[in-house]
Amino acid sequence: MNVMMLLEMASGAFPDRPAFTDGERGLTYTYSELFEAARSRAGSIRAQGASRMAKLDVSNLGTPLGLFASAWAGVPYVPLNYRLTNEEIQALLKRVTPAYLVTSSDRVDAFGALDDVHAVATEGFLDASQHAMPVDGEWAMDPDEVAVLLFTSGTTGEPKAAVLRHKHLVSYILSSVEFASAPEEDASLVCVPPYHIAGIAAIMSSVYSGRHVIQLPNFTAERWIELARQHQVTTAFVVPTMLARIVETLEAQGVTTADMPYLNSLAYGGGKMPLSVIEKAMTLFPQTDFSNAYGLTETSSTICVLGPDAHRDAVSSPTEAGRRRLVSVGQALPGVEIEIRDDEGRVLGAGERGEIYVRGEQVSGEYEGKGSVVDADGWFPTRDAGSIDDEGFLFLEGRADDVIVRGGENLSPGEIEDVLLTHPAVADAAVVGVPDEQWGEAVAAAVVAKAGARIDEEALKELVKEQLRSSRVPAHMEVWSELPYNETGKLLRRMVKASFEETLN
Amino acid sequence: MPKLKTGGRFKSAVCAGEIMVVTASEDDVVLTCGGADMVAPGTEVADGAQVHPDHAVGIAMGKRYISEDETIEVLCVKAGDGSLAVNGQLMLQKDTKQLPKTD
Repeated sequence: MNVMMLLEMASGAFPDRPAFTDGERGLTYTYSELFEAARSRAGSIRAQGASRMAKLDVSNLGTPLGLFASAWAGVPYVPLNYRLTNEEIQALLKRVTPAYLVTSSDRVDAFGALDDVHAVATEGFLDASQHAMPVDGEWAMDPDEVAVLLFTSGTTGEPKAAVLRHKHLVSYILSSVEFASAPEEDASLVCVPPYHIAGIAAIMSSVYSGRHVIQLPNFTAERWIELARQHQVTTAFVVPTMLARIVETLEAQGVTTADMPYLNSLAYGGGKMPLSVIEKAMTLFPQTDFSNAYGLTETSSTICVLGPDAHRDAVSSPTEAGRRRLVSVGQALPGVEIEIRDDEGRVLGAGERGEIYVRGEQVSGEYEGKGSVVDADGWFPTRDAGSIDDEGFLFLEGRADDVIVRGGENLSPGEIEDVLLTHPAVADAAVVGVPDEQWGEAVAAAVVAKAGARIDEEALKELVKEQLRSSRVPAHMEVWSELPYNETGKLLRRMVKASFEETLN
Repeated sequence: MPKLKTGGRFKSAVCAGEIMVVTASEDDVVLTCGGADMVAPGTEVADGAQVHPDHAVGIAMGKRYISEDETIEVLCVKAGDGSLAVNGQLMLQKDTKQLPKTD
């Protein structure tokens, strides 16, 4: 079992179909070209005696080539975050030596000077004439070999390297994608960072379904809209902040629809989608099916999906509970089981909040040097908090570590944020716990006003008191112009917390 | 034939079919394609061998096949004219549920 097998099958079935196109440089690999390139680069990686292949660059043809060439060579593929400082990158590189590093030409000298790092520029990696020693024979089929090491964006301490073995990635693809299911004219616009699990999953899913990937290396809403129209893109994945920008940009252009009749499917995930953004998007893209995906690095990407039908049912539901499903992440994929547990590990019932546990063949739950955190029965604690309703729809409530403990009572920031967001003047809200002498922790809320609206703090506090309980009412509230998000749309709660702590001191 | 292992690959001795084992069982089994024992990739096979007429529905690339007791599952990685069988019992094609595209 090896991810190379996915490319081998695609290359065998539709050798001349375009596989990947760099949306900025315009270069394209067909499936057979990508397959042959993987064979020759695998030879180069082996010739250097590398134990890992690292890629430090924006998305380009070197991204899928790096993944497959590593798999053929039998070394883990390690995509690194090019936004990190040189110092941070050096620290990560030292953990993966001896390494074959493919990076942008301006970084070759700096990192190539490190011990046991063989650095080549992306252009050189893509230049076939520099790779004349194709590997002889097949790739290894041991399902337990490591396919990918992904450094997770740890909020504290050293980043952890999640270990994804071939069996996890191949299981994910086999259970969620039908081989060759994409019509020949299908094109997918991929704008997630190449060092994110969604970027890895996009490569494999597209290859196995036979879809043409258009890569957008540096996301801007304007460029996304241009490329989607230019390539008549049929499917795309975005994180919530990207969709918010796309919606804003289209609104600023004064259009009532996005004019992308080819776009059949728009999936989103990676963070919490504000209800107002998804509602507007569904109006701007009337012919498009929306899906919300929830997954983690440690689970080889998606484990839960809220599909197009569920979106439409939720929007037109006569009940409050039905409409609320629009902000759920849907139901577990086939072969994936999900449970909610309390602090003592007891399984909770429908509607009860606790920590999300997941089990399935695509679940790794393993970190390099730290071993597996999966329990004896195969369950992985996600550290995400959530609840499941009576029909299996999963609702995310933030990180388990974000729970506010006020006077011995556990408060969920997500629950309070949801109430704040129902107020017509509120565009965005972040709730955190701050130290409090009397209660241990107190509730603090940063809210963003909608354009032209004024925030009445007392009215918001009253709303929380009415909808929830007085213990949930923010003791501290500030109006911000925007909330801090990372590039994949995750709210940087620790920054909100730090800002409150500074003000309160 | 060698014991089935997850990830292991085999080819047909009588047609172009090739498979990869997705789920293996502990038991010793005989996996056949077109009525003949499957062999390791790269094994030389005799010319002129025929697909047995009772094992001739064929296998399609990308389709998964399970044994009747659901203990063994394989993925067809190259199409062929022969049908797969475990201990003489034909394997069944497994449906993949069509899911919304999410990545």
